[in-house]
Amino acid sequence: MIEIKNISKTFNRGSADEIVALKNLSLKINEGDFITVVGFNGSGKSTLLNLISGSLIADSGEIIFNGSNVTKLPDYKRSKYISRIFQNPLAGTASELSILENFRLASLRTRSKSLSIGNTKSFRKNVCDKLKTLNMGLENKPEALMGSLSGGQRQALTLLMSVMDESKILLLDEPTAALDPKSAAIVMELAEKIIREGNLTAIMVTHRMKDASNYGNRLIMMREGSIEKDYSESEKKTIIADDLVRWFNI
Amino acid sequence: MEFYLTAIHQGLAFAALGLGIFLSLRILNIPDITTDGSYTSGGIITAWMLVNGWSPVIAVFAAMIAGAIAGIITGTIHTRLKVHPLLAGIIVMTGLYSINLAILGRPNQPLINIDNLLMSPSTNSDHSSIILFVFSVVLIILINAFLKSDMGIALRATGNSESMVKSMGVNPDKMKIIGLGISNSLTALSGSLIVQYQGFGDINMGIGIVISGLGAVMIGDVVLRNAVSRKIYLQLIAVVLGCILFRLILATALNIGIDPNYLKLITAVLVLSIIAFGKIKFTSKA
Ligand SMILES: Nc1ncnc2c1ncn2[C@@H]1O[C@H](COP(=O)(O)OP(=O)(O)OP(=O)(O)O)[C@@H](O)[C@H]1O
Ligand SMILES: [Mg+2]
Repeated sequence: MIEIKNISKTFNRGSADEIVALKNLSLKINEGDFITVVGFNGSGKSTLLNLISGSLIADSGEIIFNGSNVTKLPDYKRSKYISRIFQNPLAGTASELSILENFRLASLRTRSKSLSIGNTKSFRKNVCDKLKTLNMGLENKPEALMGSLSGGQRQALTLLMSVMDESKILLLDEPTAALDPKSAAIVMELAEKIIREGNLTAIMVTHRMKDASNYGNRLIMMREGSIEKDYSESEKKTIIADDLVRWFNI
Repeated sequence: MEFYLTAIHQGLAFAALGLGIFLSLRILNIPDITTDGSYTSGGIITAWMLVNGWSPVIAVFAAMIAGAIAGIITGTIHTRLKVHPLLAGIIVMTGLYSINLAILGRPNQPLINIDNLLMSPSTNSDHSSIILFVFSVVLIILINAFLKSDMGIALRATGNSESMVKSMGVNPDKMKIIGLGISNSLTALSGSLIVQYQGFGDINMGIGIVISGLGAVMIGDVVLRNAVSRKIYLQLIAVVLGCILFRLILATALNIGIDPNYLKLITAVLVLSIIAFGKIKFTSKA
């Protein structure tokens, strides 16, 4: 599904504060994989996700999606293949647009945005049906501005929005880091459900060791811009959160 | 009274400019001052074409296309070269001054006894009120429809969160270029209407005109500040009202005998007052 071959990324190359964020990293992601990624601050987890999404372009190496080389493709073109959930709930939604308008844009992720009015009655009904499944009462106020909602609500909506249009790959960078424990649990359950039902290929960065061990079929540990460990499904089953905490303390 | 009617006419003629500034400043979050240049271009092209026997309708279209091109150039400089939008606007505005002068071939051009959209000296009739009003209403309807279309939603989201629109398959640079093109084509429309209304074009007509649009947008904010709904069409109507109020206030100032040489100073103080007024909190309000 996704093949990452020998990618490297250095920030501020040649200056005094040069930082090697990723070095010669290779990773093969199979269709339907749900990979959780853990590692110290600054180990390159976000950089890896940004290179996959195209927000950053690699200095060297290749990224292949289903056989097509996307190494140099900018992010807004790669979003045809990829949905993203950001750490900051503000980054994945537009505050001054209504819930409906946010969903409308999400429903056109892989298509062009024309001059026709797509935010119709039937579209509204479709969105309200989806909102109802959240049990947050949002189906009663689809016209509410996104900016009036809490971070947890926005993160849950971003997840629903990610599957409004044809979706294959979902990237989640600390999706619950800005949320309280209760909202975090709701959002994680929703993420798991969406990934399972949509049969998505997902990569999730997290600092919550419980989530890293409970979710997904593969676990990757990163250190200093490289993958230190890559646990397969059977190996991952034997890992519990405590093992991960121990790894961090070595 | 004649005096105030003229102010209302001017306000309606400036509605397009106010709506243009609303698009760039409020929707796209880009401070664009190409305005002074694109407004003059719209006026100059109209004056030149009318004098040379073109139909007023074609002259208005040509003015709007010229404005759109100016906005597209500013947008391209800003996005491709990563230049601050204010600087990109100043560059285009400065360049346009010479181009405008070259088009007209002289610093000003009176339009004596030439029929235009607003008045026909040949039949001695003046349709300014009705035509300017219809223009403003049509603009509000069209811009409202555009901003609610799928592309309009993408444009509005671009001013909100670039990371969001990129993850939705939208190229924010393209949206900014389109938005600035539309915004400046509206500005040029105002230049064209004003030239037809006042009966002459002048190479310096656009100096400092951007502040009229800013003032109108800010008055619009004040008008709506206690409104329950912030629907787009209400915001657009508020901007047009802002344009009219702005002209009425200036007209009043002149009417009570303030020296016209101080007009720009009055305008500056007026906009400053609106900003200050907008910051006052009415704590008694629930
Ligand atoms: N845009 C940038 N410019 C300069 N340096 C950067 C940039 N982005 C990341 N870095 C640096 O690259 C390194 C890797 O950063 P990255 O954000 O990938 O880490 P991370 O594993 O996601 O960390 P965290 O757990 O804190 O989110 C860090 O040292 C960081 O400071
Ligand atoms: Mg990170």
